[in-house]
Amino acid sequence: MSGWRHGSVGSQIDRATPLPFTFDGRPGSGFAGDTPASALLASGIRVLGRSFKYHRPRGLWGMGNEEPNAIFDVTEDGRTTPNVRATTVMLRRNMALRSVNTAPDAARDRTGMLDLFNRFLPGGFYYKTFMAFGWMRWEPMIRRMAGLGRLDPGHCPPADIPQFNARCDLLVIGAGAAGLAAARAAARNGREVWLVDDAPEPGGSLRWRGGDIDGGDWLEFTRDAIGAITAAGGRILSGTTIWGAFDHGLFAAWERRDGSPDRLWRIRAAETVLATGAVERPLWFANNDLPGILSAEAALHYLSLYGAVAGRRILLATGNDASYPVAAALAQAGCDVTLADVRADTPATPDGVGHLRAARLTHAHGRNSVAGAVVDGRIIETDTILVSGGYTPSVHLHCQAGGKLDWDTGSDSLIPRPGSSALRVAGAVNGSFSLARALAEGHAAGRGTGPAPRAAAGDWQFFPMRPDPDLRGRQWIDPQNDVTLKDIKLAAQEGYRSVEHLKRYTTLGMATDQGRSANFAGLATMAALTGRTIPETGTTTYRPPFSPVPLGVIGGLRRGAVFNAPKRLPLEIAHKARGAMFREYGGWLRPSVYGTDDEAVLAQQEALAARKSVGLYDASPLGKIEVIGPGAAELLDYCGYLRLSTLKPGRARYGFVLGETGIVHDDGVVFRLSENRFVVSASSSHAASVRMILEEARQDVFDPAKSFIHDVTAGFATLTVTGPKSRDLLIAANLPEALYDDAKLPHMSVTETFWNGHSLRVARVSFTGDRSYEVTVPARHAPALYSALEAARQEVSGRWIGMEAVMILRAEKGFILVGKDTDGLTMPHDLGWQASREKRKDEYLGRRSLFTAEARRTDRRQLVGLEIDGVTPLPTGAHLVPLEGQRRSLGFVTSSYFSPILGRPIALALVEGGRNRIGTELGVFHLGKIGRVRICDSCAFDPTWERLHA
Amino acid sequence: MQIFTCPFCGPRDETEFHFAAEAGKKRPMPAETATDDEWAEYLYMNSASRGKAQEVWLHVTCGEFFLMTRDTVTRDVTAVTPLPGRNA
Repeated sequence: MSGWRHGSVGSQIDRATPLPFTFDGRPGSGFAGDTPASALLASGIRVLGRSFKYHRPRGLWGMGNEEPNAIFDVTEDGRTTPNVRATTVMLRRNMALRSVNTAPDAARDRTGMLDLFNRFLPGGFYYKTFMAFGWMRWEPMIRRMAGLGRLDPGHCPPADIPQFNARCDLLVIGAGAAGLAAARAAARNGREVWLVDDAPEPGGSLRWRGGDIDGGDWLEFTRDAIGAITAAGGRILSGTTIWGAFDHGLFAAWERRDGSPDRLWRIRAAETVLATGAVERPLWFANNDLPGILSAEAALHYLSLYGAVAGRRILLATGNDASYPVAAALAQAGCDVTLADVRADTPATPDGVGHLRAARLTHAHGRNSVAGAVVDGRIIETDTILVSGGYTPSVHLHCQAGGKLDWDTGSDSLIPRPGSSALRVAGAVNGSFSLARALAEGHAAGRGTGPAPRAAAGDWQFFPMRPDPDLRGRQWIDPQNDVTLKDIKLAAQEGYRSVEHLKRYTTLGMATDQGRSANFAGLATMAALTGRTIPETGTTTYRPPFSPVPLGVIGGLRRGAVFNAPKRLPLEIAHKARGAMFREYGGWLRPSVYGTDDEAVLAQQEALAARKSVGLYDASPLGKIEVIGPGAAELLDYCGYLRLSTLKPGRARYGFVLGETGIVHDDGVVFRLSENRFVVSASSSHAASVRMILEEARQDVFDPAKSFIHDVTAGFATLTVTGPKSRDLLIAANLPEALYDDAKLPHMSVTETFWNGHSLRVARVSFTGDRSYEVTVPARHAPALYSALEAARQEVSGRWIGMEAVMILRAEKGFILVGKDTDGLTMPHDLGWQASREKRKDEYLGRRSLFTAEARRTDRRQLVGLEIDGVTPLPTGAHLVPLEGQRRSLGFVTSSYFSPILGRPIALALVEGGRNRIGTELGVFHLGKIGRVRICDSCAFDPTWERLHA
Repeated sequence: MQIFTCPFCGPRDETEFHFAAEAGKKRPMPAETATDDEWAEYLYMNSASRGKAQEVWLHVTCGEFFLMTRDTVTRDVTAVTPLPGRNA
């Protein structure tokens, strides 16, 4: 308990509005404007969580999304959001904060004893130890103990996040001094500037460090910049994180809004300025993870913005000039401050500050909180240690955009290599820490005219601070994933020397803070241990997102019914009125059965009714690709497995479309309506891809002016009438007489006519083996056709049947579904269609592939039927195996149903050399048991095809 | 997210496009004159060049195939032209 609230300092908080909250169930209080982190710091609560692996007590370290420790499950209005970073959200009234990875709470965690076993938990420990009896045995236990917050299954945020595309002349990322200068310079020249920053308001580190610009307060400069941006039509987005740089100059931004849904912006700018600043590095000494050890920069941030003071007796350990204003401000706020600088040559001692020069902090004491420190062997009484190991520029977006890094000795950091990405870089991200340099670089990056804004000159000097591998005690490199210096030594010793290997072996930088404060030390240590320079050692790859982004932001409004919207039938309402149950088939929402009884029972009844009298079903999703023109026949000859130029007008032919690999891509019927007009009736799920195969051949192989391809699937509705009484139904429906004259419209023929003043196309093709009529009308006339057929259906006691019944009917005949009864190896001759392969001499798509050694094998998997004893259908997907000898898969069941008309199960299968096995028996392997099947012809019902004409 | 320019429709989002083939790949015609190896080469071998590449892409929404010259490293698109056989 040593943090406290200053009586007057704090530009962000409204002391008139106290906000009650709870932390691990205990009440606390903050002010409007606080973050949970500042409120807890001011309340003097130190232990905010437990570490990931050793369950060490952990406290607040930083001030933004680099924070590794202060991560909470936040409950508001009964809903819990897991893993919220306490530094990046605003405190709200009655927020319930729950520390993560603790039981029962952060202060009294009962697995803290794990830390005593730390010597048995080295880097790569999981890989080494838990492989012994199989990882799967250990994983549940480890997962319970490790990990962060808990998901609240009851909390499903609404899909209400809109996504916008935006364009501007200049995108400025970061609204600190450099970003403000860049944006102001560009806006003054009339450019539309978007200034985006993840803090609640512009200013960057000026907000807590302050500064005079052009002789006035920084706030005046900021107001001037905002005025210029707005006047030029630009926009300022605060509380908005640019979380990724993508191809062709796209940036994704997540805008957080209080009281309204967040927003996602996809921003493309003619130019982009990167002014993302830098993040302070920690220092490395024994027990450097104790609660009460904070970033010096963060301590100033909390003091200036929230009046939250980190402690009373403060040791500030540093090696750079940036810490001196921090020490001065804390001393002025009433703290007892000792500044320990590793350098002998330092700036002047700030007023009221104890100053140790050439002094090195080696050890922190304390159990759950800092109780003392050791500097050069001398014990120093202190309750709080602030540290600064220098700064790491936030180069993520530059690297995501393809940029490279260079080592900059002056700032002791890796900075963007000029020109290596399309981004212009300014300020601390460029290693330029002084206000004057940040302003000058920003002004230049914004292509400013006239003099740059001025500020007091003077650069910060940095002593290169590095972890000391020879120092005694445990030094934390990555506090969030519990990676110590020892783990990095072990990784180096075991050969994981590449930074990418180091990262994966030790999990360095893989936590939710992505190692913002940790990666540099890991990299520097590995460089030292392997005798390489830091640039030689390199960095891991920077990838989006820059910081964790809720999936709801990326998903936007696309969820539920609009996530992947199915195609809908024109007659959906009519089917629903009949009680149809809908399912998705090949991207279309179609009736599966009609009625509310058990789906399987209804499908059996419907299939039987269609065999006994007549069934009607909606076949509108069948592809209707019109191929028109003098080159149409030639084009279809090339794209089809069967020749189509020999088809007579008014006739239909079944065939396949192959890929160039000879594999069956789709099957279907092609109608020739007239000499130069065909309709390709591709299967419903392949219509789009068949159209593209036809287009590719039309444009790349033939004269594209000689044919035209038009996919009109969505423009027409098709109702199929099938069964022995289908002709009676057409007569009862009073359809044109020509349709039911078998001489004029025999099986595999098509005719176009008029009915009630609009066009009507009827085709005699059958997917059931029974006499069938496919009746097609323009979609807007579908209700009229439906009414006419429905009235006639009642006269002939027919039945509407859903897709489940159609599946049974087609399987009884051995009719395939491409993709179900075929796979990525199936060629047409495997399905019994060898005539074209043997007889066609002209060129067609995929032909050459049908004659490779592989295609000629006699043991290819071929389509056959299966017969079994009993009444239970085979499981689809079950493997067929030899009854004797070594067990191996000879193929598998592709379709399996109970046939109501045959009164027995039927099945289709792909089996090695299947046609030669007809009449023999095989085993069928399922759930460890082997049953017996007889191989038979794929057509189980009406093998003499009499019913087509009945 | 890349922006490709269809020669017929103008600049559009990359999700509207499909890669079709590397440009300049000649289909053996008639294919039966190709040996198994030549045919396999045609079907499966791509140069997948690093840097400059010329490819055939399909703008799915309009159905037109076209030639695109682009850099596979920088992702710059330098040219889009209709297929040579097209009487545009």
